[in-house]
Amino acid sequence: MRVEVHDIHKHYGPVRANDGITLTIEPGRIHGILGENGAGKTTLMKILAGYTRKTSGYLCMDQVPVDYRTPTEASQLGIGMLYQDPLDFPFLSVLENFMIGQAVGLANQKKYYRKKFDSLAADFDFALRPNVQVNRLTIGERQQLEILRLLSLGIQVLILDEPTTGITNVQKDYLFSALKKMTSEGKSIILVSHKLKDVEAVCNQLTVLRRGKVTGEMKAPFDTDILLEMMFGQTPIPFNRCLQESGRTILELDNVSAPGGRSGLSDCNIRIRQGEVVGLAGLEGSGQDVFLRIAAGLLRPAGGSVMLKDKRMNAKDYHCFKHSGVFFQPSSRLEEGLISGCSVTEHFALQSDHKKFVTKWSDATSDAKKKMTEFRIIGRPDSLAESLSGGNQQRLLLSFLPRNPLLLLLENPTRGLDMESSSWVWQHLHKYCSDNTTIVFSSSDLDEIIMAADRVLVFFNGKMIKDTRTCETSSYELGLAIAGKR
Amino acid sequence: MNEIDFTILFASVIAGAAPIVLAALGETITEKAGIINLSLDGSILISAMTAFAVSFETHSLVLGFLAAAAVGAIVAAIVAVFSVYLGQSQVAVGFVLTLTARDLAYFIGNPYSRLQGLQIHPMPISFLKNIPFFGKIFFTHNLPVYFSLILIFVCWWYIYRTPLGLNLRSVGENPRAAYARGINPQKLQIIYAVCGGLMIGLGGATFSLCTKPGWGRPQGAEGTGWIALALVIFGGWHPIKAATGAYFFSFLQVMGIYFQSWLPTVPAQVFQVAPFPLMIFTLLLIYISQKESVLNWAEDKDRIKSILAMFSGRIPTALGKPYQPE
Repeated sequence: MRVEVHDIHKHYGPVRANDGITLTIEPGRIHGILGENGAGKTTLMKILAGYTRKTSGYLCMDQVPVDYRTPTEASQLGIGMLYQDPLDFPFLSVLENFMIGQAVGLANQKKYYRKKFDSLAADFDFALRPNVQVNRLTIGERQQLEILRLLSLGIQVLILDEPTTGITNVQKDYLFSALKKMTSEGKSIILVSHKLKDVEAVCNQLTVLRRGKVTGEMKAPFDTDILLEMMFGQTPIPFNRCLQESGRTILELDNVSAPGGRSGLSDCNIRIRQGEVVGLAGLEGSGQDVFLRIAAGLLRPAGGSVMLKDKRMNAKDYHCFKHSGVFFQPSSRLEEGLISGCSVTEHFALQSDHKKFVTKWSDATSDAKKKMTEFRIIGRPDSLAESLSGGNQQRLLLSFLPRNPLLLLLENPTRGLDMESSSWVWQHLHKYCSDNTTIVFSSSDLDEIIMAADRVLVFFNGKMIKDTRTCETSSYELGLAIAGKR
Repeated sequence: MNEIDFTILFASVIAGAAPIVLAALGETITEKAGIINLSLDGSILISAMTAFAVSFETHSLVLGFLAAAAVGAIVAAIVAVFSVYLGQSQVAVGFVLTLTARDLAYFIGNPYSRLQGLQIHPMPISFLKNIPFFGKIFFTHNLPVYFSLILIFVCWWYIYRTPLGLNLRSVGENPRAAYARGINPQKLQIIYAVCGGLMIGLGGATFSLCTKPGWGRPQGAEGTGWIALALVIFGGWHPIKAATGAYFFSFLQVMGIYFQSWLPTVPAQVFQVAPFPLMIFTLLLIYISQKESVLNWAEDKDRIKSILAMFSGRIPTALGKPYQPE
């Protein structure tokens, strides 16, 4: 089906998320939509999927103007969308998720849908068990489930929003071959991403968005430099790190095991040296989260020993770790890191060293202003933490770190940030390393780890299964380890 | 110590539990759809009063039950509409309503206090009541009691075995995702809150027309609404488990009567009140049994593990968080 998008506008108050977007999606093609965070990709896709209403503009399908207002009407026209965070029911089974929206009435139809599900899954070579609860699946498997469900609804145009975030390379291969299979059947695929490599690998055609506008189009084969320029206006400079000499050991975990997270942590032996940057790779919840929380003193290990600078820290609490110079920043910025209903000034007032019974707000505000310019936080001192954008929240969190910590533990420090913000974050963090601070961070983005870290630890199913220098490995090798194949 | 006749004991447990079962099932359906109807206690009282007054005036038990169901549905609809369409806190609205409904019941019901009204009569099922032991326990009751027994399984079947029940659960789990799949979460939440309200109303009518016949202040149904609310939570939002809890509570109440005759020196009030703290204590035990450390301990003990698994349950993810369309 040919989908034409004509001069779409979407305004949220004064913000123009989409500002006159026109493009055409050909049938039987994989059409990539590229752009950094906040470029308006997701908004455009939600309009296409009927989830959000456009302010103005119109859509044509096979030269017929169409107007629909709900996702149901969109799917009746043959448009289906795979959302960035899977829009499914984590506590219902795979089969139930497959049935919701399809099955109607009072009669028990599990057998019928089970058959339909099995044959579709076999078509695409997806190994999904119908009776498993969806919260036990990986993000990649949840995507597969959604794809099957949309196909069984008779979708002709499939929209995928950032489908390669949080899935393994192996699952990515499965996804891409499924997409190619669908286009060979004449279906159109719209793939939205800010990951250049993935889009280049699979798309036939690309449209680049920037600040709500189309900044360019290109057909395969693609020229990366031109695409980057379309995306950012300028090309960001990549950099690599690989520290050779190593300082003394500051954190030592011996046979540590602990429950928690999705997989817990078992038999973990890790040594972290002074001044190095260590990246933790692995699917989300493979043990990195537990490791970081043990190293921060937030979780107590069930067995083994934790040594910090030759001091046994097993039964010590978070504050004790903090006194020794260990600082932790969680990936859920608003839930664990910041206080969503407090302003920027209030955050700084809470952190301030000289605590008095009465807070001097004028001082706190001027402090906040100073820090905000230093850390390029866009907003006002009285803006609430929840009203800041993801990048600004991350910079606010970073501004709380002391000048000279011993060990920084960062969970997904650049999650949800665009390239410019994340390269700022890393420039800032690498400044700490020259003062002999150690940084341990987790990330679902392998390229980021290879770029920013000296050493990589790969976690799989609660175990640390690979420990290597970044200059001695490749993303392919790490990808295999992440998927559990050493 | 007197001998206990177990058939009479169990039969009175089943009869006494009927209104709590109805209320707990109604609340389960409502909460499965994501709405907390906290007005349960007041709702039961005002529908009990309505049932008694209407049947007293019209000399019709049927009209009494219908009126009570309607009142229960109206109270539930108020909670649901305020939450779903007006975005108000379900807890606040429900709590205010429970107090208002209770006082309203006492006020309007005052002229009907301590009057001799209609009362439903037992209707033994002739060919089933002769089954030894079980016949007497299950088949010598009146219609509302049979209804409560049947409704447990109807609710379970509807929620877990039909596509409609799947839609109901989907709305309580993730209304945004349900909307994306063509379900109207707001409509379903209103519908199931009203259905739940109907059952709660019938529960109230069962109180004043058969379990504790008559109207007065206190009526005797006070507090059971809160127990029913707790049963839904500790029953893990599962209709059969919630109903089992209702029978356990009724068992505690009936045992109170036995103890009263065995220990005449202890004040009677002790045995009337005792089921409430005992119930809370039991619920606490269930809660503790679900703690991670206990479950880990039971990991290799199969029998204990299967017993603990019966008490497990999970809150509907979107419970109490009304869906706001984008």
